[in-house]
Amino acid sequence: MKVLYRSLLLFILCLPAWLQAALTIEITQGMDGAVPIAVVPFGTAGTPPEDVAAIIASDLARSGRFAPLARRDLIAHPVEASEVRFQDWRTLGSENLVIGKVESAGPDQYRIQFRLFDVYRGRQITGHSLPAKASQLRKVAHVISDIIYEKLTGQPGAFDTRIAYVISEESGGRKKYMLQLADSDGYNPKTLLTSAQPLMSPAWSPDGRRLAYVSFEKRRAAVFIQDVFTGKREEIAAFAGINGAPSWSPDGNAMAVTLSRDGNPEIYSMRLSDRKLKRLTFGAAIDTEPAWTPDGRSILFTSDRGGSPQIYRMPAQGGRAQRLTFEGNYNASADVAPDGKSLALVHGEGGRYRIATLDLENNLLRVVSDGQLDESPSFAPNGSMIIYATESGHRGVLAAVSSDGRFRQRFSLQEGNVREPVWSPFTRRK
Amino acid sequence: MKFIQAVTVALVLGWLAGCSSTGDTKESDVAVEDHSDAATEGAATTSGVGAYGDLSIESLNDPNSPLAQRIIYFAYDSSDVAEQDREIVAAHAAFLAANPDVHVSVEGHTDERGAREYNIGLGDQRAQSVRRMLEFQGVSPSQITTVSFGEEKPAVEGHDESAWSMNRRVELVYVGY
Repeated sequence: MKVLYRSLLLFILCLPAWLQAALTIEITQGMDGAVPIAVVPFGTAGTPPEDVAAIIASDLARSGRFAPLARRDLIAHPVEASEVRFQDWRTLGSENLVIGKVESAGPDQYRIQFRLFDVYRGRQITGHSLPAKASQLRKVAHVISDIIYEKLTGQPGAFDTRIAYVISEESGGRKKYMLQLADSDGYNPKTLLTSAQPLMSPAWSPDGRRLAYVSFEKRRAAVFIQDVFTGKREEIAAFAGINGAPSWSPDGNAMAVTLSRDGNPEIYSMRLSDRKLKRLTFGAAIDTEPAWTPDGRSILFTSDRGGSPQIYRMPAQGGRAQRLTFEGNYNASADVAPDGKSLALVHGEGGRYRIATLDLENNLLRVVSDGQLDESPSFAPNGSMIIYATESGHRGVLAAVSSDGRFRQRFSLQEGNVREPVWSPFTRRK
Repeated sequence: MKFIQAVTVALVLGWLAGCSSTGDTKESDVAVEDHSDAATEGAATTSGVGAYGDLSIESLNDPNSPLAQRIIYFAYDSSDVAEQDREIVAAHAAFLAANPDVHVSVEGHTDERGAREYNIGLGDQRAQSVRRMLEFQGVSPSQITTVSFGEEKPAVEGHDESAWSMNRRVELVYVGY
């Protein structure tokens, strides 16, 4: 069964990317103290369709933690361990070295071997051999980046993950909205849904196989769940008024949503097995944007019950809510870090809306973005980065910032507006 | 005539003040009766026409009818219908009450600032404010649907107060007319 599922998955991953522009990433604020690393072009027999070493180097650079050496500065091109002269790399100040090769293993089959070395100690840290079809080479490169990142930082890598986002375009006075997903480096964009009416609020299921989202395709809001691999979808909420802000419980069995079927925006929890609803908030205020904590015990949400939008926390079954944000007149859209210890949120102050993190242990709020109208923060599944929506040249673009605010990058499309990014959970089967 | 208008406005204001706790059935029942009492008191037909113009279906497409005004604007992060706009809502209420087969979609919108789903909530509250005013003035709940588009469908593209002020709105949309 697992094999069948995997081959299905791989088949779908192999589908050609339609004629879609990939998101291109540019690093807009570098980080001091990024660790130099040499990633030598992999040895090849024939011409594999992807430059695996370039993908790995680009992944490591995007993490902000590493500074891969430029190719022209690589003074040697070892492929085998026996060809490595550590002195060469010490001279360049490179702390680590990655070498490898891509070998043909039959029609459309490759075997990728790589080794990671500690240059100063002069020894191998790890080495693996991985099989791949041509269409899987990018994915395998991301898996290798994840292994390297984890070995060197102690934290799992999040390169072999995806982001979902919404694109809006206008041509000939007609609006077009698309729900897309792409690899974490912006490659392989795929469109899950196209509509003439707004699409919003994509949310990943904890297993990374499904997306919930809001579609106005019938000129009113409805919440759908769509299987990312098969494209099959179902409508789960289409009540009068708001059907919005879907958020999966960590066990995947329930969905928190905002409904106004009782006359006011309130948060409900829906049991997905039978769609039974339980209302969690009461009162005349706007209560919305539910987000479960990773332990499944609490739900954070935005409410203007105190006069302006602020973040509150309540038990997942409903009950007494506790206000968490006090700084600034506008705090909304909380996303909980994977370790549950901090939040990312939209922080409005002095007419500017920026992304901030809130440390739940010491209540320290820290602004980490620098736009005017930043929104929709979403943590990478390893907690290292926060992706969010911002503007550049009057167009909607995505940006990512390291959780400590020191390193920033921008994801842009050639045309159109891109927004509401959500980073997938880890999807690799362990 | 001015008097009737003033009575209606006073009733609306009184209801808004009294009903801020929302949705008390008893209260609104009484209010609706008060309203019809006021209407019968001094020449109901004349006052209706005077205050709200022609109430026929055709008047929907008359650019000189008060019904031609179908957008109500709001202050930042507010869902209160401004004093000067209550007359617009009252005209639509009178029209809808006189034409119970007509349906209206009350569509709430916000400017682009802040969080998208919070803005859906805010747009919903704007639409609900207008819906409650319509219902109070005798429109059947079954004639009204509300939808909030939040910041998703701006009337004016732009990133300054002049655009934002045009986007914080409720639109009354007569489906099929």
